[in-house]
Amino acid sequence: MTHPVHRPGHVGARFPKVDGAGKADGSGVYADDIRLPRMLHAKILRSPHANARIRGIDVTLAASYPGVVATLVGAEMPAKYGVIPWTHDEQALATDHARFVGDEVACVAAVDERTADEALRLIRVDYEPMPALLTVEDALAHPEIKVNERAKVGNVTKHVELEFGPVDDAVARAAAVCHQVYEYAGSTHAPIEPHCAVARVDGDGNLTVWSSTQIPHYVQRELSRVLGLPQSKVRVIQPLLGGAFGGKSDPFSLEFCVAKLAMKTGRPVKILFTREEVFYAHRGRHPMRMDVKVALDGDGRISAVDNKIHIDGGAYASFGLVTAYYAGQLLTGPYRFGTYRFDSTRVYTNKPPCGPKRGHGSVQPRFAFEVALDEAAEQLGIDPIEVRRRNFIGENVETVNGQRITSNGFLKCLELVEEASRWTERHGKLGPGRGLGVAGSMYISGTAYPVYPNEMPQSGVLLKLDRSGRVTVYSGASDIGQGVNTLLCQICAEEMGCDPRDVTVVAADTDLTPVDLGAYSSRVTFMVGLAAREACEKLADKLRAAVAAKLGCAPADVRLELGTAAGPQGTMSFAEACQLAEAAEGATLASTGGYRTKKLGGDYRGGTIGASPAYSFTAHVAEVEVDEETGIWTVRKLWAAHDCGKALNPTLVEGQIEGSVYMGAAEAQMEEMIYDRSGLLFGPSLLDYRIPTSLDTPEIDARIVESDDPNGPYGAKEAGEGPLHPAIPAIANAIHDACGIRIRQLPFYPQRILQLLRERDARRAGSERVA
Amino acid sequence: MSTGHRRKTLVRLLVNGEEHTLAVPVQRTLLEALRYELGLTGSKQGCDKGDCGACTVLARPRDGSGRGEPILSCITLAQDAQELALTTIEGLAGPQGLDPVQRAFADCGALQCGFCQPGMMLSARALLDQCPRPTLPQIQEALSGNLCRCTGYTKIYEAVEVAAGLREPASRPPVSSERAAASDQVAHVPKEIAP
Repeated sequence: MTHPVHRPGHVGARFPKVDGAGKADGSGVYADDIRLPRMLHAKILRSPHANARIRGIDVTLAASYPGVVATLVGAEMPAKYGVIPWTHDEQALATDHARFVGDEVACVAAVDERTADEALRLIRVDYEPMPALLTVEDALAHPEIKVNERAKVGNVTKHVELEFGPVDDAVARAAAVCHQVYEYAGSTHAPIEPHCAVARVDGDGNLTVWSSTQIPHYVQRELSRVLGLPQSKVRVIQPLLGGAFGGKSDPFSLEFCVAKLAMKTGRPVKILFTREEVFYAHRGRHPMRMDVKVALDGDGRISAVDNKIHIDGGAYASFGLVTAYYAGQLLTGPYRFGTYRFDSTRVYTNKPPCGPKRGHGSVQPRFAFEVALDEAAEQLGIDPIEVRRRNFIGENVETVNGQRITSNGFLKCLELVEEASRWTERHGKLGPGRGLGVAGSMYISGTAYPVYPNEMPQSGVLLKLDRSGRVTVYSGASDIGQGVNTLLCQICAEEMGCDPRDVTVVAADTDLTPVDLGAYSSRVTFMVGLAAREACEKLADKLRAAVAAKLGCAPADVRLELGTAAGPQGTMSFAEACQLAEAAEGATLASTGGYRTKKLGGDYRGGTIGASPAYSFTAHVAEVEVDEETGIWTVRKLWAAHDCGKALNPTLVEGQIEGSVYMGAAEAQMEEMIYDRSGLLFGPSLLDYRIPTSLDTPEIDARIVESDDPNGPYGAKEAGEGPLHPAIPAIANAIHDACGIRIRQLPFYPQRILQLLRERDARRAGSERVA
Repeated sequence: MSTGHRRKTLVRLLVNGEEHTLAVPVQRTLLEALRYELGLTGSKQGCDKGDCGACTVLARPRDGSGRGEPILSCITLAQDAQELALTTIEGLAGPQGLDPVQRAFADCGALQCGFCQPGMMLSARALLDQCPRPTLPQIQEALSGNLCRCTGYTKIYEAVEVAAGLREPASRPPVSSERAAASDQVAHVPKEIAP
């Protein structure tokens, strides 16, 4: 196999991140690093009750506390908002109903943070506590108690039921059926940077908000709506962002509070969430209970999949409407399903709202399905890798639910992890307490349609060439650490031959940059990549034409590479080429590019949700070791192969795979949002919640597979979320290989493993007695 | 109600070789003094209670003896740091430019969001000062007080080994799958996702 040799910094190169130096020397500016003259600091008062009527809020004492400059209550900005236009059900500060312990109720701005904190204690809130509904069962059993008034039926955020083909017939005729219930625990993103926002209003009433958000455009829209300002007077800027993973993809109370307080006081205002508040802001992984049937025919082909899903949503919708769909819609690859049905219900409960965490909505059903598939294959005596290979859906096909798959490198992924883990010689043969497990998955490269219906491009890029040879890319996309700013420089270098270090990226500033919808659903590389390439191609054409006129050759004979423009007879520097083109243009050299929505998806209600211009594919093999005396288990190694279409920067892609695998393994190992009977989150700190340290993280071997997607930029697809999915079921399947137990509840706590081992031993003893 | 933050005290801090005398509230943490008083915002606040390590700085006795040891500036009072010579991320680079640790982190893609990196790199520098050729378990142990949520630590280990001269940055090429034929572009009328 041969690989093209890439020039430094061009597409496909291992090019260091362009913002790396600023991050390495501490000079990079994150939201909390912003300090403005006369800036105030604000703090938010939160509800101590999980469900309470608010009869009144008295801020008089707080307002007169020395150092306090302004107070704020919900009645001053009561409009409801939410990231999805169909489910506006949140208020920046609750006016009459607090829906979880930690729900925002009032806010104080003062000369410093501690003064604001002290003043919060002087606010008197008259609560009328009501019974709290903390589980899906309770929320469904008590429709008369409303967690959120937006729910039309009881406490249901969204119910979806879709069937593709005669599922029950296929199950009845199946050679093997695995029917089990799986429970996935809620977990949270825990980015190391807490949410922070700073607002300023200028003399003309223009509002600027710097926020640690991954969706500047949606924040701009919602600020405008809630504050009653024209969108043209609201500017949202995303500074460097210290991790997000979906946890910063909703508009949050702090953004509205700093904006309103800046408008009230005429002074800049900052709010920095404490770590405890980050846990209440949440929007993390939904707890799900999944009643799953996987049916195989006599050849081991998947004839039916049936999944009844209950989703614990917390107090607000967030992206929950989409979650209810994704839980079903994204399961239909990389394997062909003969028939498929899902019945998905997202329910409001009196807990911090869940939302999109890396692998939104589909990580939980993927776990259930991949474990059930293993179990069904075992009934037929088929090897776990073989059953996955046999059911491969292929390329350029439509899934059972009408989603179009283009490139599909899943078989290569499977082959790589099979070889690397020495599966054939070791699976089932590692002896007691050690085992291997496999799992696969599919994920979207962006959603085909924008969150709010419109005909405008989902991503735009504006490009400007300076006569110095400096290229400036204006992009609305959010670099949240995944490295999109670096990719933009590489695309400029690839198309125009400039040095990628001579590219300035102006990003995620709604006044300066074209709209990009945000860093979610793994859409950025695919969509902004195509937009950037289009803009670059337009300018490259102008450069070639101007250089060709000067050198007396055809434009097609001009090569733009390595900082030069070269014709058959003669070479000039990139800057000289820019000058010639600017002279020919008679105006500033600029161009635009866009990603336009393709018409995709199944022809039924909801068929567009889960439709994506391209799908990524992943396979994992996990090797685990289980101590049967204690139930303590460890992952010795995780092999992960991911089909990202084309690695525009292999170092960044590996980083996405490794980070995903880590986060998936963490959910299997230890992470869970636990609440007590009053709805109080247990231990809202990094120490008590526990995220893995270097000592807890398994060895990860990340492999990149390139399937060269026909529609992606240079063949690229997503890499940031897909590789998380298989980690959890691969570990569960490895635990089965190690000791013959099926763990169906997350996290895989040692005490749960121990309980299953005891049940296994009891079964074995029982069967021996029978024998 | 406590009014401790209104009483101020004079503290002398030696940071990155520069002497500073500051009037700070007695409750001022070292992290707050660095960030708010001295504008050294490279030290990050991730939890403000000693859990995450993003605020890590290096400390040694003022007389220059001993090696820099990582300490958590968010749970150290500014007034308790007066006997120390402190190095923050802003002081890690030398006259020759970036420290090898900083360069390796950038070259290896060990930083994604970058928020944990100042603390992580200072812990790595302390390790390499004490143990120039660390084993993987030694690296894992030395960095176990610095939480990273982006990288799975894999490229961080690589960067520390590269900084120590023990290896080169990763260079495994991607593997090709079969090329996909042109898609059939199944077209549908776009629909709103309203329920």
